[in-house]
Amino acid sequence: MSDADYFRAPVLANDTQALRRRLEKLWEGEPGIRGWLSTVDHKTLGIRYIVTAFIFLALGGVEALIMRLQLAQPNQSLLSPEQYNELFSIHGITMILWYALPILTGFSVYLQPLILGTRDMAMPRLNAFTYWVFLFSGAFLYASFLVGAVPNAGWFNYVPLSSEASDPGFNIDFYAFANILLGISTTLSAINFIVTILSMRAPGMSINRMPIMSWGTLTISVGSVLSVPAVSLAFFLLWLDRRFGTQFFKPESGGHPLLWQHLFWMWGHPWVYIIVLPGLSMVSQALPVLCRRPLVGFSLVALATVLTMMLGYGVWLHHMFATGLPNISLGFFSAVSIIIALPSGVALFAWLATIWSGRPVFTTSFLYFAGFIVVFVIGGLSGFMTGSVPTDWQLHDTYFVVAHIHYVLIGWNLFPVLGALYFWFPKMSGRLLDERLGKWSFWLTFLGMNIAFFPMHLLGLRGMPRRIYTYPSAMGWDTTNLIVTIGAFALAVGLLLTLINVVRSLRHGVLAGANPWDGDGLEWSVPSPPPPYNFAVIPMIASRTPLWEQPLSKRSELSSLTYGYALDQGKEALSTTVLDAMPKAIVKMPEDSLAPFLLSVVLTILFAALMIQSWWLVILGGLVGLSITIGWLWPRRKLGQTAGTLP
Amino acid sequence: MTTQHIVIGAEKLPVGSIGTSAPGWWGIIAGIVTEAALFGYLLFSYAYLAAQPHSSAWPSEPPSLSLAGPNTIILLLSSVAVWLGERAVRQNKPRTQLIGLCAGALLGLIFVAVQLVEWKSKPFTLASGPYGSLFFTITGFHMAHVIAGLLMLAALIAWSSRRYFDETRHAAISIGAIYWHFVDAVWLAVFFTLYLTPYMRA
Repeated sequence: MSDADYFRAPVLANDTQALRRRLEKLWEGEPGIRGWLSTVDHKTLGIRYIVTAFIFLALGGVEALIMRLQLAQPNQSLLSPEQYNELFSIHGITMILWYALPILTGFSVYLQPLILGTRDMAMPRLNAFTYWVFLFSGAFLYASFLVGAVPNAGWFNYVPLSSEASDPGFNIDFYAFANILLGISTTLSAINFIVTILSMRAPGMSINRMPIMSWGTLTISVGSVLSVPAVSLAFFLLWLDRRFGTQFFKPESGGHPLLWQHLFWMWGHPWVYIIVLPGLSMVSQALPVLCRRPLVGFSLVALATVLTMMLGYGVWLHHMFATGLPNISLGFFSAVSIIIALPSGVALFAWLATIWSGRPVFTTSFLYFAGFIVVFVIGGLSGFMTGSVPTDWQLHDTYFVVAHIHYVLIGWNLFPVLGALYFWFPKMSGRLLDERLGKWSFWLTFLGMNIAFFPMHLLGLRGMPRRIYTYPSAMGWDTTNLIVTIGAFALAVGLLLTLINVVRSLRHGVLAGANPWDGDGLEWSVPSPPPPYNFAVIPMIASRTPLWEQPLSKRSELSSLTYGYALDQGKEALSTTVLDAMPKAIVKMPEDSLAPFLLSVVLTILFAALMIQSWWLVILGGLVGLSITIGWLWPRRKLGQTAGTLP
Repeated sequence: MTTQHIVIGAEKLPVGSIGTSAPGWWGIIAGIVTEAALFGYLLFSYAYLAAQPHSSAWPSEPPSLSLAGPNTIILLLSSVAVWLGERAVRQNKPRTQLIGLCAGALLGLIFVAVQLVEWKSKPFTLASGPYGSLFFTITGFHMAHVIAGLLMLAALIAWSSRRYFDETRHAAISIGAIYWHFVDAVWLAVFFTLYLTPYMRA
């Protein structure tokens, strides 16, 4: 083979209509239902992730409202104890696993290639696969309603409550297999983010010029890759204990129930940071735009993100303070749990300083970010309190902990997500969300959230245990519980307003144009919504804020946004070096493919077959899945994977 | 000061999957990290239960090395064979490439067979106690990874015999080979934990 078959000097060109027409032909997806199932476009998939995750949020929200109706008054019988167990379990499982990370993954899948200046994720078919597996894992979980075997041992599913002896039905098995299936999706999408962020950045976007949001996604992706196996393994071992008589968690024969708690929280605590850090990094990305200045302390915030994730691996025991562990380990884990407040404080003061020294524009997204900072502090403080062993012993398994987890998850995840929705919806749809409706929605959400969850601290301090389906009226909890329920409904109405806003604005919203907020990132340099190829020419980057160089200009070099790499000889993208983002290779991007969809269907059937122990179906599913995988990975000349000239 | 737009020109760049510029290469490295974490958690489970007061179900004697020892060497040799196969494709020696991959797969198959004999020879079962559960689950997980590696090698052998690769385009082989090396390396961690550490306790 001659050198010319394998190497090419990429052409630098101007962004022209002729080039755009050529790229449109190369990148546009197939039409029709087949195209719908086979698309690998990160923008389509990102929006699907977001919509699906919001559906799970709605499901989990309705479950919560039913529980709040039951608890609004003492001695109610809207729900039986068994129904209540199922609802609080599926509510927690849905929100923590099927809403909280997938919504952030959706924003990242949509935004990362755009903010990094590339044309798609590094592995587009894998991206489609992880979406489908996420969707089907959720369907798998909710199929438990159809057979009346909803998971009922809480989202952390402690043994022996979840053992076969106490819970012989399929309830726990549904959770186990849905969780492992979701874990496959999470891990593979994390790998895709790592490869994309480390190798697909626009030339010149060296690691210190990478957007803060990419720092968040990169950090939690590494976190997922290292921690998700722990929970997948825990559920697999539990399934073996339940169905094949193994002795991992059974104390009577030398196993240990605390092994479950260790494996679960070795994943579970890093997971808390995995589902909040990207939210925090979206605030760090968008808030400065709304404050008309770059983020204060960029490097410190990036380092704080990484440090939080690292420390997040050393705090899992604080969920187990009440299990009788040796004092020395309590002291160590308590210390780390308190130290972890430091990097969070760094980010907090960076946001405050950004607002303080900037000229804030009070849009709905700004309000959500500002509201986030308030609940961030309250959730952080209650976490700081439970990180201290004696306080934790007092508050363990009370409503104080319920208050804390909701401040953290609603405050640190949902508020940044809603702010991000108002901020990036114009990019995704081409239209602005309505500001008036948005502000109503914010105030209802913000007040509702605080009315619903702040009094829970007091309930906890007054000794109300979590996870009880009702309570007697003599306990002094009646009024507070009623207030909590009212707050929960106000929160729900606030979220409903945002939904209405989205539906209305898709049709009637004001046209946004490419850059409605006068933002600094590369996503604002392309039309709204972006064309399938994102960038007509791959830009060349000279700073952290490529669109803000002119007004801030004291520099000798500017980013080049309309003159760059054309890469129009097929579906192509540019791969760059990890640290300096110097051009490294021309990557051939795959066409649309049905393989990801088909494989995810087969995988889901395979898991269902395992659950009901239908071994012939397991073998059949395995063989079909293997054939699809081999077909998917078959080296293709068009992708430059085999010897010989490119077609 | 005059401002001008930055230009980051590039000389000839590799087109498509060449060496470690293929996304799949970085993908498999990250995949190996997550698999390594999985084995880390498996071995943690072993260490956690091994450190608890034992019931009578925990074996009093350390496990015999008579099969596992030689089998470890067989698995390491398979890595050498696959490495030779991968080196051959870089040097454009398709025959050696095929022989290396086939020898690697064959040694892998022998490892699986010996491991099955080893499983049969154990006096305990998956359900007889925590030790049996750990032993069979951990070695079973490893076995599953060996089988996955063998399937990869089988595909690579099929593709190599159709002359899909040459000294420049061979990312698939490098990806399969690094996974196979991982499967072998992680066995050393399993072997050390399950077979060697019990000898240290005495």
